[in-house]
Amino acid sequence: MKPFEYARAASPAEAVRGFAPGTMYLGGGTNLVDLMKLGVAEPERLLDVSRLPLDAIEQTDGDRVRVGATVRNTDLAAHPVIRSRYPMLARAVLAGASGQVRNVATVGGNLLQRTRCTYFQDVSRPCNKRRPGSGCPAIEGDHAGLAVLGASDACVATHPSDMAVALAALGADVHVTGPGGDRIIPMPGLHRLPGDEPERDTVLEPGDLITAVELPPPPPGASHYRKVRERSSFAFALVSVAAVLDVRDGAVAGCRIALGGVAHVPWRAERAEQALIGGPATGEAFLQAAETELEQAGPLPRNAYKVPLARNLIVATLEELAP
Amino acid sequence: MEITLRVNGVPRKADVDPRMSLLDLLRERLGLIGAKKGCDHGQCGACTVLIDGRRANSCLALAVAVDDRDITTVEGLADGDELHPLQAAFIEHDAFQCGYCTPGQLCSAEGMLGEPGPSAITEDLLTDPGLTPDEIRERMSGNLCRCGAYVNIVTAIGEVAR
Amino acid sequence: MNRIEGRVKVTGLATYAAEYPAEGVAYACAVQSRIAKGRIKRVDGGPALESPGVLAVLSCEDPPRMSEDADPELALFQHREVAYRGQIVAAVVADTYENARAAAAAVRVDYDPDDHDVTLSADHPGLYKPDVVNPGFPTDTGKGDVEAGLAAAATTVEVTYETPVLHNNPMEPHAALAYWDAEGRLLVYDTAQGTSTSRDMIATALGLPPDRVRVVSRHVGGGFGSKGTTRPQAVLAALAARVVGRPVKIALTRQQMFDVTGYRTPTIQRLRLGADAQGRLTALEHVAYEQSSTLIEFAEQTTVPGRVMYATPALRTAHRLVRLDVATPSWMRAPGECPGMYALESAMDELAYAAGLDPVELRIVNDAETEPGTGLPFSSRDLVGCLREGARRFGWERRDPAPGIRREGEWLVGTGVAASTYPARRSPCQAVATVRDGDFLVQVAAADIGTGARTALTRIAADTLEVSPERVHVELGDSDLPRAPVAGGSMGTASWGSAVVRACEELKRDGKEGRADTTEEIKGDAELARHAFGAQFAEVRVSSVTGEIRVARLLGVFAAGRIVDPTLARSQFIGGMTMGLGMALMEETLTDAEFGGFLHRDLAQYHVPVCADVRDVEAVWLDERDGELNPMGSKGIGEIGIVGTAAAIGNAVFHATGHRVRELPITPAKVLMPRF
Repeated sequence: MKPFEYARAASPAEAVRGFAPGTMYLGGGTNLVDLMKLGVAEPERLLDVSRLPLDAIEQTDGDRVRVGATVRNTDLAAHPVIRSRYPMLARAVLAGASGQVRNVATVGGNLLQRTRCTYFQDVSRPCNKRRPGSGCPAIEGDHAGLAVLGASDACVATHPSDMAVALAALGADVHVTGPGGDRIIPMPGLHRLPGDEPERDTVLEPGDLITAVELPPPPPGASHYRKVRERSSFAFALVSVAAVLDVRDGAVAGCRIALGGVAHVPWRAERAEQALIGGPATGEAFLQAAETELEQAGPLPRNAYKVPLARNLIVATLEELAP
Repeated sequence: MEITLRVNGVPRKADVDPRMSLLDLLRERLGLIGAKKGCDHGQCGACTVLIDGRRANSCLALAVAVDDRDITTVEGLADGDELHPLQAAFIEHDAFQCGYCTPGQLCSAEGMLGEPGPSAITEDLLTDPGLTPDEIRERMSGNLCRCGAYVNIVTAIGEVAR
Repeated sequence: MNRIEGRVKVTGLATYAAEYPAEGVAYACAVQSRIAKGRIKRVDGGPALESPGVLAVLSCEDPPRMSEDADPELALFQHREVAYRGQIVAAVVADTYENARAAAAAVRVDYDPDDHDVTLSADHPGLYKPDVVNPGFPTDTGKGDVEAGLAAAATTVEVTYETPVLHNNPMEPHAALAYWDAEGRLLVYDTAQGTSTSRDMIATALGLPPDRVRVVSRHVGGGFGSKGTTRPQAVLAALAARVVGRPVKIALTRQQMFDVTGYRTPTIQRLRLGADAQGRLTALEHVAYEQSSTLIEFAEQTTVPGRVMYATPALRTAHRLVRLDVATPSWMRAPGECPGMYALESAMDELAYAAGLDPVELRIVNDAETEPGTGLPFSSRDLVGCLREGARRFGWERRDPAPGIRREGEWLVGTGVAASTYPARRSPCQAVATVRDGDFLVQVAAADIGTGARTALTRIAADTLEVSPERVHVELGDSDLPRAPVAGGSMGTASWGSAVVRACEELKRDGKEGRADTTEEIKGDAELARHAFGAQFAEVRVSSVTGEIRVARLLGVFAAGRIVDPTLARSQFIGGMTMGLGMALMEETLTDAEFGGFLHRDLAQYHVPVCADVRDVEAVWLDERDGELNPMGSKGIGEIGIVGTAAAIGNAVFHATGHRVRELPITPAKVLMPRF
């Protein structure tokens, strides 16, 4: 780890004012400290925002819920309002990492965690995301855990967050303050596809600080989050799905589907959603919708399994949610 | 940087390199070797301590970032000569072999017992589930044990949880 | 009786290698090769030396003095040639861990790279027949006519199984703390599975007489073979301490452990089995292809189980090795038996299906009267008892053999069985027993790597002395104690226990002291086949939606001689089975064909089982009396638990799904893909 300065911000405004090139914000540190030890992140200055007074979960106007950026993952999942009204989000958070990590990891930091691609984490090997222009060995090498949707010739990384998948399905608003002022970014718009700039995971600009995530009223219908992994717990998703299904008089009145583990972003399956709205809530319709979505997939030899896995997962989850 | 912590109830001052983890502070500077370094990346749980009563990976906490905090390590679990019930249960049920993951398992279990709410496997999110063996297994999955003592660890924790 | 060191382990007071306090200690950090083959042009330590707190940079630019007899994996900085990616090519010593680590990243190494070859294949042109395989077995064996046996068979199975690179991954990283005293005597606190062996290897590497080196390993945080031979950290700490004139501590990072502390070779195994209409084998052929480094020939004994397991008129076993630009493979829990039995016991399951026979009965029908490879009588063998007892406890008789038909919702359910075997050996060992303050002190340079050696040896001594265990104090983990073999090969307790019994017997006669050396006694052991046997049963649930596999039940039944300590034995068996579960379903290190070296070098990417993976696991044993083993009548139990587990799980996955996966690990991807 290269030497760095450490400072603590007392308010979001102070944090933004204190930001300069070379500065990184430190939340719970569960990914940033990890990356600093690997030499992947080399900040000159750490600005600790983990103690900012942004740790509240409050109901706001219009039946919305505002979750502060420094709320710990554990507290988010254990909150009565989240458990009762946003069970899909609670399940997604609980499916991530370990009890120890969830106790420390923040909502803001969870959204901004970096890919676990083996090449990205190893500074002795090339990686376009870590060192732009150095190449992507994953495409010919180890990509079994990587993206099948929206990848580019420059990068096939996946976003590792579970929570972000649920937030993408819910259409949560990410509140950001920064040198350019305050703004709101609706999910899944925070994250971006790699294109030819895989070093940029999100649309945030330097100095931007996530202050809260605002949940819209829960969409009508039943919801679920399901994650597939190689061991029973404490592993990143091979594929995960967050789904909401509202069926009225036998027809799909509303549907939200987001996929994790398949793309550089939490992947909102809009084509599948559109295919389902207004139609019957049957296994056949679910299968067709899933296949419509996955027609866009561009799997590589060793991650091709993710396509049938995602299809099965979408179908099985929707079937479970259908009345 | 100058920081002040309470470690197992005792105030400790230290002048630390900002790069130093809480784990290295405990082990290399404060002489508390109970918290173990197994992976240094939050992937094994051997370094688990309680920070303000909550279990956390001390390898991922920068020492400067836990200034003012209350830290409990495995050395602080027993009450003098009297073992903590988890420690006694671990011995009684042979819940360890090499012992290297054990301090982390114990601190993790102690933290876990105080954590409300559901886990990833809880059927009904609205009621706090009892600590069934399956619930203990899921909640303790952040602590690897390569000797494979999980069966006995779950028995030991289950006995204390009852 | 609970573990003697239980209290210090649960209170955090047990001291492992890197944890001894040392005044003025400095920290070393290794720099690793970024090429897989070639030559180091130049190591520029300048920027590192200018970094804060740096005391020294070690490299081939100024090679520290070592012996030419050093083990090639320990001959640090002696050559410019690079044998594999990740090899240690330089090291930094600094006043703090943080400074050492930062400066190591600043060391610049320039290379002349050559093309590398890191990929094992069964048709690799470099394959050859090593003279012997570990630990001294014939490379190939043959009896009868395999082709004729296959031609005459009613049923044949011809299959290829593959196992990946596996890493031991003990929880405690390889670490060492080294001091030189004023007289030039070296003390190393090391993570060693045997302090006598480690002392000898360090002394040889440094060209010192063994009595100038002392190695202490009071507590070792697991090894599973990876600490059975001395690893570079011990030598690096000693070299660095000599250079800077201070005690030096080093703990390898988890990532570095993947590169320089050994691993289980990947294997490609070809099996041909033939059986008559009753299921009796007419031929068995087992050929393994495996790898070693260009530095050392490490030839794993993968096909030896076939020489032990089943009666057959025609038997051929063979090993072929290729030397690649990779790190040297090494010992990992049940080397040889574990991957070999995975393939053999999976193939036996295939044979049972092909012949329409019950897999338990197939094994019973083929039970051997004498050891098939040698014709030697067994000292004891109760494989059949294990299979029958296991079948009874597991409820095997209710099993419908048809694959792929049991469903609970989306979950397919299946059960499987596999046999286990592991040699019951012992090695020469010394021990001393003395009366001290009315109690008894037993000294032996044994190692407790989590097996409970202290406790087992205390019991053995107390039984021999006919006193209560509270009056016996066992001292181990120090090369200054009477010489002892490593904790490995499942022969620790048998070897150390033999010496402890003899020393205690002499103490009883003498009244004050007993000294033992079992070298002569062991030479007198009768020529017999000595093995433990077992049977493993697994029940799995496989999601038809996701391919996820959950092991609902594991049962192991073992015939392993007299069990010295039931609590410790159960823990060892269950622990081995848990590691076998990992091997079956998730463990795999990838080799990087493009850049060399390994990928997935951490515990987030290399999955070992977590608590949630391990549900109902139980181990039991038969009451087996064998007077031909050692004074305790015991067989080793550290390794047999892992042998057979992966095959039992794989066979259960087949029973659940009707699909046979022949490449470990059996992941959701491999289960799912053939279904579409």
